[in-house]
Amino acid sequence: MIVVGGGPAGLACALELRRRGIDVTVLEREQQAGGIPRHCEHQGFGIRDLRRLQSGPRYAQHYLELVREAGAAVLEETMVTGWTGDGALEVTSPSGRETLEADAIVLATGCRERPRPARLVPGSRPDGVLTTGLLQQLVQGGLPVGRRALVVGAEHVSFSAVLTLRHARTGVVGMTTELDRHQSFSLVRAGAALRYRVPLWTRTAVAAIHGGRRVEEVELTDLDRGVTRRVACDTVVFTGDWIPDQELAAGLGLDLDPGTRGPRVDTGLRTSRPGVFAAGNLLHGAEPADVAALSGRRAASSVASWLSGGNWPKQLVPAAIRVPLHWISPNAVSDRYDVPPREHFLLRSSAFLTHPRLEIRQGERVLWNGSLRRLVPGRSASLPAGWITEVDAAGGRLTVTCVAN
Amino acid sequence: MSRDVVIVGAGVVGAAIARELSRFELRCTLVEAAPDVGARTSKANTALLHTGFDAKPGTLEARLVPRGHALLTEYAARTGIPLEQTGALLVAWSEEERVAFAGIIERANANGYETIRELSAEELHEREPHLGPGAEGALEVSGEGIVCPFTTPLAFATDAVLNGCELRRSAPVTAIERVGDGFRLDAGGEAVTTRYLVNAAGQHADQLHRLLGHDDLTITPRRGELIVFDKLARPLLRHIILAVPTGTTKGVLVAPTVFGNILLGPTAQDVEDKEDTSSTAEGIAYLRSEGRRIVPELLEHEVTAVYVGLRTATHGPDYRISVDGGYACVAGIRSTGLTASMAIAEHVRDRLGEAGLELRPRADTAAVRMPNIGEFALRPFADSERIAEDADYGRVACFCERVTRGEIRDALTATVPAVDLDGLRRRTRVLMGRCQGFYCGAEVRALLVEAQHRTW
Repeated sequence: MIVVGGGPAGLACALELRRRGIDVTVLEREQQAGGIPRHCEHQGFGIRDLRRLQSGPRYAQHYLELVREAGAAVLEETMVTGWTGDGALEVTSPSGRETLEADAIVLATGCRERPRPARLVPGSRPDGVLTTGLLQQLVQGGLPVGRRALVVGAEHVSFSAVLTLRHARTGVVGMTTELDRHQSFSLVRAGAALRYRVPLWTRTAVAAIHGGRRVEEVELTDLDRGVTRRVACDTVVFTGDWIPDQELAAGLGLDLDPGTRGPRVDTGLRTSRPGVFAAGNLLHGAEPADVAALSGRRAASSVASWLSGGNWPKQLVPAAIRVPLHWISPNAVSDRYDVPPREHFLLRSSAFLTHPRLEIRQGERVLWNGSLRRLVPGRSASLPAGWITEVDAAGGRLTVTCVAN
Repeated sequence: MSRDVVIVGAGVVGAAIARELSRFELRCTLVEAAPDVGARTSKANTALLHTGFDAKPGTLEARLVPRGHALLTEYAARTGIPLEQTGALLVAWSEEERVAFAGIIERANANGYETIRELSAEELHEREPHLGPGAEGALEVSGEGIVCPFTTPLAFATDAVLNGCELRRSAPVTAIERVGDGFRLDAGGEAVTTRYLVNAAGQHADQLHRLLGHDDLTITPRRGELIVFDKLARPLLRHIILAVPTGTTKGVLVAPTVFGNILLGPTAQDVEDKEDTSSTAEGIAYLRSEGRRIVPELLEHEVTAVYVGLRTATHGPDYRISVDGGYACVAGIRSTGLTASMAIAEHVRDRLGEAGLELRPRADTAAVRMPNIGEFALRPFADSERIAEDADYGRVACFCERVTRGEIRDALTATVPAVDLDGLRRRTRVLMGRCQGFYCGAEVRALLVEAQHRTW
């Protein structure tokens, strides 16, 4: 049994597998396992899964110790680079190049932020253009950042970037979002405004980045008035806009979901290929570490039932969303009718919706309808999962629609 | 210091000339204004290996491109420069364009290129099933290929340095004068005198030319914007997809890269600033609309990079190569320059020989082997033997591009070492992938700082 990726989802999965007496090896390509939390110095990790509050690095370390004590092998500096024709893993590590086969594989390769080129921001290509992930590691490694930074985005992670920048004594000239308000908690926004006096420019797009060796200024467009202005800064941090690191999933030919861009999985986190599971932020981009961990834990119980002779579903019935919804996860249901991670679906919208009325159908049949309090882009809402037993597992796809708001 | 030949400009052309001349008993110096070899125009192009089938017959370019193709293909195999002969399909998207095939074939034949042949719409679709609707047919040019634009000038410079050529980087030429039967230059604050001078200053060749009192050369930078798509898009194409040229441009092409990506571009826009390598919202939008037409599925993939190259356009239809006494001007070398570079070097060598430069071959010349950064050949991360010899080739630092710590170390200690992040990118592919440093950016910077014992 192999878990690819030693972040929260992979480690939590391995821990649960060991609790069930299953041998497991975790392959981690970084020098140290633990995943993204290693670089998040702030508090707030571990509430949902470990029932305690820790900093990111402490949380990562804690998990790693638990997993190793439980008897799982965690191999660091060990990268899966691809697949053989029959689905074995091609692996590179300092001890050599090898091919590994397993009865079950859990992909837990996480996610990354979309960097500047993927967002098609024009201009020159100077130094000083970062993502939050890179920023956090630069600061942690004692490497210089810059003196005046612009933060692009206004999600939770964007405010986290502000904290990191201030910790590095970098001024924050402002935050921008193309939406008409921020996407974090009001308290977080108020804190940034009061403590660091960071202005938030809503309905604002980054039109271009200019600079020679280093960023000199950024062109911002007011989307409502169409006016462009220039802001002087030497650093630009592109935050959020997460995308699953799905190269291995794609390389194996797994069905991918156009909404999440991660692999298609049923509520037991089975992919379209027998014996291959997927868990954590590979499924949908960034959720909090403990949510990813609980997804890994959920995958472990499906792995256990597969290894004890369970059947693979004949088909995954995909759940398709309609705009303005962005994605749903898990994004399929199968004849196994498992309870999804944390007993509910995660739902995202690309627009702010207050009291949206939602409907889930299979063909003409309405399986569920109900209201949510609100949907905020970049933040997941929970959808109950009781309706999945109504799904015809041999039937056509499900549609998730916002019928009114 | 007194030299036999000073070559100004370590782009692909200058480096090729330095390499060629370093094979003779000459004291050569290659000076470059930028911090690295191949760091300006040479790094940002379409990286095609041209056959010259579409060159204007009778020109120097039409003669040097096929010769350069043969020389570079042979040299690449010998030194490890990534090169793949993918073949190109020149696609007609209308009946009108298909009618233009006859003229293109005629020109190819006039250039001595005979293997061009026409494919029907059905044959084309079979070869490239992901092409957009409306393709009427294609011309197959099987000799066209792709070549690494980073390794090529680095290989030339490495070859030259190993054969005793002096390389000075970050050494812009600020003054130049004729003294006796030679020249005195101020390059990077140091004076050099030389008997022969080669102007291979690319975008700035006209400025150097004017410093010598000539006013018959104007280089107009022509901006070309290009988009690099994620490697997950690579299975969409097998060949280079060319457009039927109009009177003014060769149009937008879609091509695989030696790194396993798909490239879309270029635009063509004259600009004034020789340093302005900025992309534009209009250019990106135009390329995306062209991409959507040519290979619709391409647009579903993530963009890994957007970059801009400046062609060194002149008003004439050909390369501008002239030798006058001890001064060789090698200018107006356009997009075919990467392919033609070694043939240009031969040509310049012969012209300098005619002008009196004594060419006595060196007894022993170095055998260069460059690190492979192409997808086509075996890379260190996948090479059991390399890893067994040195575990650092098993330590992947850049995950997206699978670059190992061993390769980064090698690039920092090479004959022509990387001195900055860009140099490290071009030598190893580090940071060039889809995450743009999200995972490894800090570590790579730390390795660079460590190697140079200086603060970043």
